[in-house]
Amino acid sequence: MGVMKRLTNIVQAKANKVLDKAEDPRETLDLSYEKQIEQLQQVKRGLADVATAKKRIELQAQQLQQAASKLQNQARQALAQNREDLATQALTRRSGIATQLEGLKTQHDQLAQQQERLEATTQQLQARVEAFRTQKETLKASYTAAQAQTRIGEAVSGISESMSDTGLAMQRAQDKIAQMQARAGAVDELLASGTLTDLSGSSDPIQAELDKAAASGDVELQLAQMKAELNPPAAAPSGALGTGNGGPADASEEPVDGELVHDGPPAKGAPAAPADPFTLDDAGGAS
Amino acid sequence: MIVRILGEGQFELEEGQVASLEKLDQELVAALDANDEPTFRDVLTRLVQSVRSGGTPVPADRFVPSQLTLPPETASLAELRELLASEDVGES
Repeated sequence: MGVMKRLTNIVQAKANKVLDKAEDPRETLDLSYEKQIEQLQQVKRGLADVATAKKRIELQAQQLQQAASKLQNQARQALAQNREDLATQALTRRSGIATQLEGLKTQHDQLAQQQERLEATTQQLQARVEAFRTQKETLKASYTAAQAQTRIGEAVSGISESMSDTGLAMQRAQDKIAQMQARAGAVDELLASGTLTDLSGSSDPIQAELDKAAASGDVELQLAQMKAELNPPAAAPSGALGTGNGGPADASEEPVDGELVHDGPPAKGAPAAPADPFTLDDAGGAS
Repeated sequence: MIVRILGEGQFELEEGQVASLEKLDQELVAALDANDEPTFRDVLTRLVQSVRSGGTPVPADRFVPSQLTLPPETASLAELRELLASEDVGES
């Protein structure tokens, strides 16, 4: 048997379930009409589900966009701090987001299509239900057992078939939504786990590293300035105090005086480790 | 002859147009059996389009059962298979 005939049997088998219930054909008309109204309400709820699923994808896409631009900024910051490793990490994640976004776009398009079709189907069913309502009264009024049996039977199976078709269309839309929700859930998890960066910034590892680097950069700078001030021998020229005062011969005396004036106690503590002060302090500052 | 395109509506066709539909239907069955998605796509598109262009839409206030039913134009092979599978469930 061909596909077309088999599908017809399937759709009509579903449609005929409505017909089986009532004995008097006139009751069948009313029963069928009730079912149509139920079906229409269901379809409208189905349409709302599609719209919700579409909205969710749009929101996720926005979040991903934000995350992507944040990662790009981080990459810039990282490069400015000479942290190529961090920049690479940020850009790699960013390209991961681009892939996610592409996937979301496909799904969004599919849902939009689904919505459009379901809306058209619903409108059609609505028009048919409306027409059926008037016809069923005419059929009932002109009811004579002999001929009405077939005419009512035909009208009811005609409309039932449309309902069954709408039911299938709705099922199709819901299958799509289910697929998308599974995927949307995965994206939510990614966002939640901070893999795609948490936008509050607090639990974002790249940002934390950058902040740390910036902070330790400041510390290093401060330390360097302090040491320049403290260190008697070579640092003198860079210190703000003694530069203009005297020739190289006097250098050893002058800075010492200057330091004593400014920061007495540290100057005395510092000489304890004169050979390697930067590395030690660096390590201390960074950890 | 009334033909339904699922998700779209019913169309009335001349009896003479049915032969060409049935030929395409056989091709569709072959593509389905061979699991040949590209051919399936092509045949289904032609089938649906020939009904759409060759027939006249059945008005909303005319209630008649269909003699033939087509899957939605965008249905995939897997989707059609699933649709047809509900037949077995119904019959058993």
